[in-house]
Amino acid sequence: MDKVLNFLVAAVLAGTPLLFGTAGEVLTEKSGNLNLGVEGMMFMGGVAGLAGAYYYEQAVGTPIGWVAILIAVACAFLCGVLGALIYGFLTITLRANQNVTGLALTIFGTGFGNFFGEVMHNSVGSYVAVCDVTKNAFSAGIPVLSGLPVVGKLLFSYNVLVYLAIAVALGLAWFLGRTRKGLNLIAVGESPATADAAGINVTVYKYLSTCIGGGIAGLGGMYIVMVTCSGVWVHNCISGYGWLAVALVIFATWSPLRSIFCALVFGGLSVLRYYLPLGIPMQIYDILPYVVTVIVLVAISMRNKRESQPPASLGSAYFREER
Amino acid sequence: MGNAIELKGITKVFGEVVANNKVDLTVREGEILAILGENGSGKTTLMNMLSGIYYPDAGQIFVHGKEVSIRSPKDAFDLGIGMIHQHFKLVDVLTAAENIVLGLPGQGKLDRKAISAQIGEISGKYGFEIDPARKIYDMSVSEKQTVEIVKVLYRGADVLILDEPTAVLTPQETDKLFQILKTMAADGKSIIIITHKLHEVMSVSNRVAVLRKGEYIDTVNTPETNPQALTDMMVGHAVTLNIDRPEPRDPVDRLAVEALTCVNGEGVTVLKDVSFTARSGEILGIAGIAGSGQKELCEAIAGLQPVQQGHVYYTPAEEGKDREDLIGKDPMAIRDLGVSLAFVPEDRLGMGLVASMGMAGNMMLRSYRSGKSLLVDRRSPRELAEVVMKQLEVSAPDVTDTPVRRLSGGNVQKVLVGREIASAPTVLMAAYPVRGLDINSSYTIYRLLNEQKEKGVAVIYVGEDLDVLLELCDRILVLCGGQVSGVVEGRTATKEQVGLMMTQVRGKEGAK
Repeated sequence: MDKVLNFLVAAVLAGTPLLFGTAGEVLTEKSGNLNLGVEGMMFMGGVAGLAGAYYYEQAVGTPIGWVAILIAVACAFLCGVLGALIYGFLTITLRANQNVTGLALTIFGTGFGNFFGEVMHNSVGSYVAVCDVTKNAFSAGIPVLSGLPVVGKLLFSYNVLVYLAIAVALGLAWFLGRTRKGLNLIAVGESPATADAAGINVTVYKYLSTCIGGGIAGLGGMYIVMVTCSGVWVHNCISGYGWLAVALVIFATWSPLRSIFCALVFGGLSVLRYYLPLGIPMQIYDILPYVVTVIVLVAISMRNKRESQPPASLGSAYFREER
Repeated sequence: MGNAIELKGITKVFGEVVANNKVDLTVREGEILAILGENGSGKTTLMNMLSGIYYPDAGQIFVHGKEVSIRSPKDAFDLGIGMIHQHFKLVDVLTAAENIVLGLPGQGKLDRKAISAQIGEISGKYGFEIDPARKIYDMSVSEKQTVEIVKVLYRGADVLILDEPTAVLTPQETDKLFQILKTMAADGKSIIIITHKLHEVMSVSNRVAVLRKGEYIDTVNTPETNPQALTDMMVGHAVTLNIDRPEPRDPVDRLAVEALTCVNGEGVTVLKDVSFTARSGEILGIAGIAGSGQKELCEAIAGLQPVQQGHVYYTPAEEGKDREDLIGKDPMAIRDLGVSLAFVPEDRLGMGLVASMGMAGNMMLRSYRSGKSLLVDRRSPRELAEVVMKQLEVSAPDVTDTPVRRLSGGNVQKVLVGREIASAPTVLMAAYPVRGLDINSSYTIYRLLNEQKEKGVAVIYVGEDLDVLLELCDRILVLCGGQVSGVVEGRTATKEQVGLMMTQVRGKEGAK
């Protein structure tokens, strides 16, 4: 029983960065922009979040935990937005090819993260690591409630970023399903010409959703650095999580609610080796999420429901006078 | 009554093509104005400038007497101008109600109940039937059109522009639409209807404005004019209203279809026990209500549609060769035998042409396999494209660089039919080759088909317009719900006779 509980908790913790990435990419893709640069934006958000928390500590000497979190969140979000903004300018304004631009953003963001990670490392002279106060703030559960038996551990033992990720996904679901602006955004992604004719400013919607989506993905990177790696910059720390998030968007069929579930499943798969030792090589466990991704992608493309299709204009730029 | 809209000296240029040249137009309040013109005469472009899709290069627009500048569709809505486009601008995965409120300001949270109630109110007032909660992809074409109209009305438009609204409707649906348009006009709304169907102009409009090659010709009161006068204004010179029909010369059976049965992907029987013969040197017409199996029949012969039962026997033109069964052969082999299909789908571009390639590239689609060298031969397709362009009077800036989707509908169809003819077929199937074409272009197509007929080609013409079928075809095969309801002689059959056969299968004779 304890083992199952521990496994579930670990799955949630491991799935959270995926949820950030997936939710951000769902928002982006809903506007018809296929941003393959999630990996890059996660790197950018990761290094920015660490830098924000670290330099805040250095500046004040005795840091306050929640302030460090706020600063890290803000820095990671803004840096993710910056990455998405580059992508948006190229694909929306200049109408460049989205796939190529997204891949370039991944390469750029990976380099950006590792470069500034090394810069910080060199300037400090040793590992860049946040102090214990900050580290604990990033891993503390909800006080009092987390002390409850079973339920406390299952529901209230997580760090604040886990709840933020779920709130973001729920908020997105509400936005897309219940609000006028959400409806407009869906229309932009499905048929920009229709949205334009209906008086919706296609460009603004595309920019905003791409940038905010990038910012959310950046939070996923920050989570990996601050929580998974305990506030230490590890070279190449994102290591494919961004790509998993891109695949999860399809797995979740562009639904923020389903992405919570999907992220949990994949989080579980990625920590399975510690909780279900079968005596098989570690590498088999390592490839599990990717094998499941392939199977899921095949299964999804075979299912032919109209609602689970990608936004119809996904991947193409919009130009009003195009005939 | 005042003027709802006044256009003065409107000019719009695309590249080197002048789409509208100093057009003046007046729309009065509470009237139905028909805008009549051939394909490519600039009707849609002109209206797109009113609805904010394009911005005029020169000229003034007055709405209710006030000069305005319409820079976006939103500006147009704010001025009470709403356009129903030929290709509906609806989001498939959303419901009718969601499409109707799309882009409107209002409280952030979507109150679906209140919206449905408002839609019900509008529907009741003008007699629409609409289910706000239905998804667009579940709807028929006419239902989608209804959603479009309600959408415009919901936004409080008092000027409605309809771009060829009847092109995709059945006659009954058309009548219903016209009734609704008249109700709206009586309610004080101004309605502009773009069309090139003369009888519709005569039956629905109060006044007619005629455009020709981007120029404004005149506006006349409908009761004071007649179809002949309008045709003259529209085309500039009198069009011979008779289609030539040369006598077939020693026809031999070329294609014998026997007991063909097809079931489509949804398990519906689309063709049932269809049998007929097509002879060389004659035009066999295929008539039927839309969706009676015409498309499937053509595709089955061309090898594109799986067949459950039956045979299609093809007798080669060369002496001494035995007939072959086309069923089971792949489309490429069937084409090599000389059986060619030119199908013009509803959106005109879907099948047969690659929209983003130029004319020469599209010609090459048929020829690139034939070369022996490693590299493709680009010269002969280009020369062919130039020949087609010249002979069929395709108006395009060039044959290589301009993608065919930039050409107007008529020109696209000429390219498609011209290419199929150029492959020197022995059986030419032309499905809806004049769909959406103006009179002049249609006649060019008829002439081309007749030329093929005189060369000894077995021509199969699938058409919508009964008058044309009766004037052009030697024999007419009438389909009804996937069954043959009979074959009639084009020279003796009457429109009423064929019309009746289209709606009911006649006993044994039809099934044969």
